[in-house]
Amino acid sequence: MGSISLQNVKKSFGEVEIIPDITLDIKEGEFVVFVGPSGCGKSTLLRLIAGLEDTTSGTILLDGQDMTKAPPARRGLAMVFQSYALYPHMTVRDNIAFPLKMAKASKEEIDRKVEYAARTLNLSSYLDRRPRALSGGQRQRVAIGRAIVREPKAFLFDEPLSNLDAALRVNMRLEITELHQQLKTTMIYVTHDQVEAMTMADRIVVLNAGNVEQFGSPLDLYKKPANRFVAGFIGSPRMNFIDGPEAARYNAHSIGVRPEHFTIATTPGSGTWKGKVGVAEQLGSDTFLHVHVDGLTLMTIRTDGEQTFNHGDDVYLTPDPTRIYRFDAAGKAI
Amino acid sequence: MARTVPTSTRIGFTALAWIIALILFSPILWVLLTAFKTEAEAIANTPTFFPQNFTLENFGAVQARSDYIKHATNSIIVSVGSTLIGLIIGIPAAWAMAFAPTKRTKDVLMWMLSTKMMPAVGVLIPIYLIFRDLRLLDTVHGLTIIMTLINLPIIIWMLYTYFKEIPVDILEASRMDGAELWNEIVHVLVPMAVPGIASTLLLNVILAWNEAFWTITLTSGRAGTLTAFISSFSSPQGLFLAKLSAASLLAIAPILLMGWFSQKQLVRGLTFGAVK
Ligand SMILES: Nc1ncnc2c1ncn2[C@@H]1O[C@H](COP(=O)(O)OP(=O)(O)OP(=O)(O)O)[C@@H](O)[C@H]1O
Ligand SMILES: [Mg+2]
Repeated sequence: MGSISLQNVKKSFGEVEIIPDITLDIKEGEFVVFVGPSGCGKSTLLRLIAGLEDTTSGTILLDGQDMTKAPPARRGLAMVFQSYALYPHMTVRDNIAFPLKMAKASKEEIDRKVEYAARTLNLSSYLDRRPRALSGGQRQRVAIGRAIVREPKAFLFDEPLSNLDAALRVNMRLEITELHQQLKTTMIYVTHDQVEAMTMADRIVVLNAGNVEQFGSPLDLYKKPANRFVAGFIGSPRMNFIDGPEAARYNAHSIGVRPEHFTIATTPGSGTWKGKVGVAEQLGSDTFLHVHVDGLTLMTIRTDGEQTFNHGDDVYLTPDPTRIYRFDAAGKAI
Repeated sequence: MARTVPTSTRIGFTALAWIIALILFSPILWVLLTAFKTEAEAIANTPTFFPQNFTLENFGAVQARSDYIKHATNSIIVSVGSTLIGLIIGIPAAWAMAFAPTKRTKDVLMWMLSTKMMPAVGVLIPIYLIFRDLRLLDTVHGLTIIMTLINLPIIIWMLYTYFKEIPVDILEASRMDGAELWNEIVHVLVPMAVPGIASTLLLNVILAWNEAFWTITLTSGRAGTLTAFISSFSSPQGLFLAKLSAASLLAIAPILLMGWFSQKQLVRGLTFGAVK
């Protein structure tokens, strides 16, 4: 239970084409993350799967069944919204119980499942509160509780953590991953945070302007990006790109080197490229150097936190020759 | 920090507010006092302020001449009935316009409002003829129908503005939770819009209660409401100011009391959204 298949799905709002043509197969039990820049159509794609938007054309199959025209209530999916979208007039208990009531579950079943969900999500002591008396993290947990009680075919998350502070976000990220390992239910998770994408996903869909740029495991995307867009989007800090004659030396229109794939030296003449340190961002464990490379661009270099660099230091950079990504004029990897 | 307003300004504004309130209230006060005067005192050349010979005879006379209870019952049925029917039609209509709008939704709203800009007398003849042919003249249900139609644009407009304030996410969440349209409206939309729906209800009961044009023209004896009841006292048999006042007082008292007790709700509903 829980496979999702999109076949030539298209979506336009009026004249504006948002999703030109997407075909995608999500396997049962998979944790798939949709990632991409703001406005690329991630939410729209998720809402098409949910049934909250109608497709312009194409087919959506859930467990092999054509659900393209089915209303959201009939699709058996659960969704967690960015705004939490809790029912403000109901207590936490009633919020979590709502899907079960809609499914006409018995009173005992409702009580049992609500108690269980509340225990799993550490909400037991808040069951009689209204959502407005909860913190952001607690609200998000209620939203998740409401989603899990009805045992859906799949969970849809639309940037569920973006309203939380950084520390809580890391916690909730782990909790959701944990939940997936427990339930083994298909999950689709939308985010524009590539760290969330890398850490949570079994497979990532990288979207750009409504197109799937690449669909693969996080390490696939990191190691073998299909094109320059994916190479630039996956990995933090971002990959350094070099165009022009320097790239031509590698028989490519442009080349890319990740910040972590350099060796850095301070003795003159001991590197491929020479540059001056601009800003050194010291995180303790790592240091990110922003180096103005002579004749090329500003590059970000990652080094361990042991060495210290100062503004204006001369440094000599050597890219790891096995980890230079080459792209043709259209941006495709070669 | 609260803005500091000079005391003199504050006193000035308070006084002004009181003066305006008193001017607005003075006709009601006059009716209230006159209702307890004798007919002679009411039309005396040197008017008195307080009744000199306090009397309840006007109320007795009014009830004797024209059945107050019957008119009041009609008023209640027509105003509450038309408002409830209006809500039953208006809630789904406003739901559609607020949450599933089309390109034409704004036009439909404007068109509905425009019907309120037309003078009612403009459609008097057609409505009268329709009512005559359908045998709806001087019937309570006929009056309820016309009152529903008259106030429907206002009901839908008010509900629409309240519904617009409700985040659509929450309704979508209910759809994801398996709620069909009916459950979405009954279990999610309506409870969340209670303040708005309540003030729509109150306002429309008041409007329907006070409506005089159609209630007077479409009724005679049987289905007359309290507005028809009052107008029957400003009749050619001579001026009976005290009795007219007593009748008016009886007619406005229920709605005045309702307005008084629900003023918090009314104000909250009418400023809904403004202070979010
Ligand atoms: N109801 C709508 N009517 C018209 N255009 C819409 C509608 N919903 C979304 N769009 C447009 O579709 C595009 C994709 O929107 P979408 O919300 O899917 O982006 P997103 O990838 O989720 O972005 P974000 O990361 O900012 O949430 C945007 O350009 C948006 O303006
Ligand atoms: Mg989005």
